[in-house]
Amino acid sequence: MTVTTDQEHRARPAGGSGSRKLLDTVLKVRELAIGAVLVVMLLATQLDNSDFLSQQGIKDLLLNATILVLVAVGQAMVVITRNVDLSVGSTLGISAFAAGDYLSGGGNPLVAVVLAVLLGAALGAVNGLLVSLGRVPALVVTLGTLYIIRGLDSVWVGSRQITASQLPSGFAGFGHDGLSVIPYLALLTAAVLVCVAYYLRAYRGGRDLYALGSNPEAARLAGVPVRRRILTAYVVCGALAGLAGALYLARFGNVDSGTGTGYELTVVSAVVVGGVAFTGGSGTVYGAALGALLLTSINSVLPSIGVSSVWVQAIDGFLLLLAIAVDRVVALRVADLLRKRAAETRSARHA
Amino acid sequence: MSLGNSTVRRVTAVTAATAVMALGIAACGGTTKNSVAKSTPTAGNTASANPNAATRKGLTIAYLPKQVNNPYFTTSDNGGKKAVEALGEKYKEVGTSSGTDTAGQVSYVNSLTQQRVSAIAVSAQDPGALCTGLNQARKSGIKVVTYDSDTNPGCRDVAISQASSVDLGRTEVQLMAQQIGDKGQIAILSAAQTATNQNTWIGYMKDELKKPQYKNVKLVKIAYGNDDAQQSFQQTQGLLQQYPNLKGIISPTTVGIKAAAQYLSGSKYKGKVKLTGLGQPNDMRSYVANGTVQAFELWDPAKLGALAGYAAIALASGQISGAPGQTFTAGDMGKYTIGANSVVVLGKPTVFNKSNIANFHF
Repeated sequence: MTVTTDQEHRARPAGGSGSRKLLDTVLKVRELAIGAVLVVMLLATQLDNSDFLSQQGIKDLLLNATILVLVAVGQAMVVITRNVDLSVGSTLGISAFAAGDYLSGGGNPLVAVVLAVLLGAALGAVNGLLVSLGRVPALVVTLGTLYIIRGLDSVWVGSRQITASQLPSGFAGFGHDGLSVIPYLALLTAAVLVCVAYYLRAYRGGRDLYALGSNPEAARLAGVPVRRRILTAYVVCGALAGLAGALYLARFGNVDSGTGTGYELTVVSAVVVGGVAFTGGSGTVYGAALGALLLTSINSVLPSIGVSSVWVQAIDGFLLLLAIAVDRVVALRVADLLRKRAAETRSARHA
Repeated sequence: MSLGNSTVRRVTAVTAATAVMALGIAACGGTTKNSVAKSTPTAGNTASANPNAATRKGLTIAYLPKQVNNPYFTTSDNGGKKAVEALGEKYKEVGTSSGTDTAGQVSYVNSLTQQRVSAIAVSAQDPGALCTGLNQARKSGIKVVTYDSDTNPGCRDVAISQASSVDLGRTEVQLMAQQIGDKGQIAILSAAQTATNQNTWIGYMKDELKKPQYKNVKLVKIAYGNDDAQQSFQQTQGLLQQYPNLKGIISPTTVGIKAAAQYLSGSKYKGKVKLTGLGQPNDMRSYVANGTVQAFELWDPAKLGALAGYAAIALASGQISGAPGQTFTAGDMGKYTIGANSVVVLGKPTVFNKSNIANFHF
């Protein structure tokens, strides 16, 4: 009897760390695969058109991706908790206009960016409160706030628009200048990405988000402060959408009441293609960022090799299905492996 | 108990909501009655017109743009408002906040018919979808003028065209050719592949390019940015990468041209690759100032809206019936003649450049 319990004690931690390692490898492989697809695609395009990865070309690729990467990072945090934020497009739009409105009145660019981030965070907090306190499906709540924020935006902005001539030239310069081939916007985005990734990996709050997404009930029983964590995820998501709004203004120099319409779907695609499972609890923000980079790069690759842009949407959709299929297959494989291992342990115990 | 309570609360809420809705309906009813009292529409469509008839007073001209809160339509409708109110008539504007909500636009047509306005100036989201509603309106004596985007000719009395497609297509090529010295590769950045107006203009551009003086100008590619800033950016990047010797881009869409200008102004191509097309002065001001764009063109939307207003008033006063060849006076804009298919053309587009852009604010 004592022998059996002893064996049990030893087997459990070994099996646990083994499956974690397995999961880690699987996730890393998942990100590496997206990275590999991206690299192959970019190199193939470079072979076809030697101008593609010129200095200007690389700069454009990075700039094209920055805004989507930022929003996708925030969205990934929310999706990891088994929720979703569909209002990011509206939040981006209204924050961009708020920043632009402030700047066109002669404001300081830095304050304008902070303003956009704060507005985004406030809207994120509303979402977070509704989802965590109301215990209503996030899909429906944020669909509601998507329309509400867009509606408020339309009422407030009306037919006004912010054009490049109303912005200080330094701000527009910030939108396309950089340190040699690396634009400032990309540096800022990379910094945000690394910070969020570190938080999710190394902090208790970050790990709790994964716990919540894997099994909300178990997480609650284990003492995870569910409401606070969900609220945090939404506030960060909103703040990043707000920041993205400010960068949108700098990059495109033009904002009206329709800015960011339909963006939520692109963001969700990027997150899912990047390997953040929609069922929560798995994936990383690096994956989401890679997914965003992949999707925006496809949009650059096709025109550059002269393929009609009508293919873009079909290819995006195909990638999405491929990503989900891969996730499903991997999940089944992993579950299978874990079950086999458990069976082995059991039979070892019996023997 | 708690279940009972919540039911009671719910019932109360429903009652309250119904009461609010009833109030809303009552308020609407009030307005409808008022406008009926103010405007007594002429009965039936009189085929003949009396050009010397006096302008009738107390008319209500309703503007139904493709999209409210769109800067372009706000400018055009404000132009219309000025013209309509200068003649002492009543102006109103209704419309959907989305430019693709055709069902919403149809229901606005129906509600304007119920309100018995004197004339509707509409920019149609769809050439066919509004026909039933508009013909219903015309049957009850309401005059229908389309502006910016026409319906099928059978569904309106007069159409105001911003500029003839021929003029727009040809002048854009002429503007570009001037800037690149009649020599080199050019490309077009359009909106959606299915946009009818874009494709018509592009057709005339190609036709203009056949002229011998443009034998050294080569149109290498038509790209589609779908009137989206990011997509237009990436299509522009693609054009420049695919054709390193590209000399110029023509973008016959206001969204496309400002996106292309913003991209060019922040890239190494600034000033080297010329950009022209249809743009709005407010959007393009900084790019003209910083040398990214030399000249571009557009009709004046305020004049477009005003002409639609004058035509609507002339129709409602019986001065014209919409038959080709009839003429009417459009305030200080002068006399206009109705052309084939009952289309009135506003005139040649205005070219904006460094010297005159400061005079335009839309």
